[in-house]
Amino acid sequence: MGATLKAVTTTEGVAPFAFSEQALAECRAIMARYPEGRSKSALIPILHIAQAGNDGWLSVPAMDAVAALMGLQPIEVYEVASFYSMFNLRPVGRHVLEICRTTPCMLRGGDALIAHAEKRLGIHVGETTRDGLFTLKAVECLGSCGTAPMLQCGAKYHEDLTPEAFDALIEQLRSTALRSNYTDR
Amino acid sequence: MGRKLLLEHENVPGIAGLEVYRAKGGYRSVEKALRTMSPEAVVEEVKKSGLRGRGGAGFPTGMKWSFLAKPPGVPRYLVVNADESEPGTFKDRYLMERIPHLLIEGMITSSFALGANLAFIYIRGEYFHVSRILERAIDEARAAGWLGRNILGTGYDLEIHVQVGAGAYICGEETALLESLEGKRGNPRIKPPFPAVKGLYECPTVVNNVETIAAVVPIVNDGGEEYAKIGVGRSTGTKLISAGGNIRRPGVYEIELGVSCDEFINSDQWCGGVDGRAFKAVVPGGSSVPIVPYELFLRTAAGEPRLMTYESLSDGGFATGTMLGSGGFYAYNDAQCIVRSTWNHTRFYRHESCGQCSPCREGTGWMEKVLHRLEHGEGRLEDIDLLWDIQRRIEGNTICPLGDAAAWPVASAIRHFRDEFEFHVRHPRKVKDPRHFEKEPFVRTPKPAAV
Ligand SMILES: Cc1cc2nc3c(=O)[nH]c(=O)nc-3n(C[C@H](O)[C@H](O)[C@H](O)COP(=O)(O)O)c2cc1C
Ligand code: SF4
Ligand code: FES
Repeated sequence: MGATLKAVTTTEGVAPFAFSEQALAECRAIMARYPEGRSKSALIPILHIAQAGNDGWLSVPAMDAVAALMGLQPIEVYEVASFYSMFNLRPVGRHVLEICRTTPCMLRGGDALIAHAEKRLGIHVGETTRDGLFTLKAVECLGSCGTAPMLQCGAKYHEDLTPEAFDALIEQLRSTALRSNYTDR
Repeated sequence: MGRKLLLEHENVPGIAGLEVYRAKGGYRSVEKALRTMSPEAVVEEVKKSGLRGRGGAGFPTGMKWSFLAKPPGVPRYLVVNADESEPGTFKDRYLMERIPHLLIEGMITSSFALGANLAFIYIRGEYFHVSRILERAIDEARAAGWLGRNILGTGYDLEIHVQVGAGAYICGEETALLESLEGKRGNPRIKPPFPAVKGLYECPTVVNNVETIAAVVPIVNDGGEEYAKIGVGRSTGTKLISAGGNIRRPGVYEIELGVSCDEFINSDQWCGGVDGRAFKAVVPGGSSVPIVPYELFLRTAAGEPRLMTYESLSDGGFATGTMLGSGGFYAYNDAQCIVRSTWNHTRFYRHESCGQCSPCREGTGWMEKVLHRLEHGEGRLEDIDLLWDIQRRIEGNTICPLGDAAAWPVASAIRHFRDEFEFHVRHPRKVKDPRHFEKEPFVRTPKPAAV
């Protein structure tokens, strides 16, 4: 439960947020698919869209915009955003590397991969590299235990990882200008 | 012992698309049910099949369906549980990635049986890529007339939506899932009322696992009695097992229930034996089920060969048995440390506790703390009894079964591997190295067979 990183709860010095036209259309279509009066069901899908449109994290302005769009009290949005581990409540790097640390992965070298990643990137789990490119997270079982060790970056799973494969992935991501989002198709 | 009902076409190129799926006999169950059967008759076939929920609890599906309340004028819902977060479990993902139409077909046939006109797939947020595959399959099915208004001209309407979560193991618990689907925190509800009476939007709702709903397809196609011919006793049909840990051939396997445990773990048809060392322990059904020493996985306390069935795996109760659970199977070799693994399990449950009940919230926290110090060579002998005491106070005292799920791995590890915990107290320096059993495996004192 809850985000692994400490939340930024202020609006001071935080960029304003507005949905793009395309994102707005997508949000409205999602709200329309529930029975009448039940559009609050769209909250989690819409938070994902907001996060993808806000450099990968949910700032207070972004959450307030979601509340306004959906006709909810801001607290209804904050309490949900803070419950789920995929919502980042403070800025993250361009690529968030989420390495699985749960037991079945551990049996196949998950711990060693986390140790390697920390050394390679020069940061600890929960931190972001100085150049703002990478955030390292340790997460729970991602349903990929047979192809462990593994990590998730945006919508993509990277499985059967070796230290070499990890290093190659880092190099490839370094030259990728686009942010990795969960909502990527 | 190799019949496949769900994964028969897993390797057919293009099976994820409607055309190939249909060419392989897909959507026959929808034609049969909607054109020639009443909803009650479909429920009857599911009852006859003996199908039990594949999400972990193994509750008879036909019985669950017959509990669904049917007040006039109130909508009913089918919600498919694709949250799949139980550590060790990745079978639903495989099924949805490979053969998405099998789930959609099962949902149409099941929704018809339940009288639902709106159904949801609640899928864990981390499976965003899988949600796209499902959305594509739904679009294809709708375009071909399998979904939408007046399906096959029978007057039956159905819409299916895919709902993504956002990272929370607890949302696999059915009432937490419904809360989450309603746009709230995933806090489990107090039962009763059960979802069958008051579920999604306070309406009667059936929540079933992905694999359970997929199994409805062969059951309707071939009849419940045919399905029930496979298996042993009350464990009928086939089961998907996702196999991982220290085995040679990890992957997703569809087995006929009743395969022997020895064959499953050692034969090249499935796990292919140990990855170069010796087996030490097995968790056969996801991290929430008791861990058992390898010998007890192969044979019951009475010396009978154990089978991959609900009954055989739990033979002996928690003293010597375990559970089939979700089919999230993982095996340990002798380089692994049980204390370390138990600590990791507990860290997981602490992280995933929703925090509503104090025995679960506080208990998982304390257990993690104590296990952490034991694993790092800073524990005392009394810590082992303390752990036993904490887990005992959690079990049965919480709103949802996550509390039990956190207690059982600890209880079973102490029950079967107590001497390994003691070793950690006696040899603090040896266990400082996280790979302490790699060079010198821990040798257990054998216990008397009878308990
Ligand atoms: C903590 C917890 C997590 C669960 N996670 C899942 C899950 O990821 N998938 C699932 O199908 N069932 C899960 N369940 C079981 C569900 O509550 C429910 O029993 C199941 O979805 C019913 O479907 P079935 O009868 O088809 O198995 C979980 C239960 C608990 C207590
Ligand atoms: S047992 Fe744990 S997860 Fe379940 S409701 Fe209570 S605190 Fe939440
Ligand atoms: S334990 Fe890592 S993916 Fe399951």
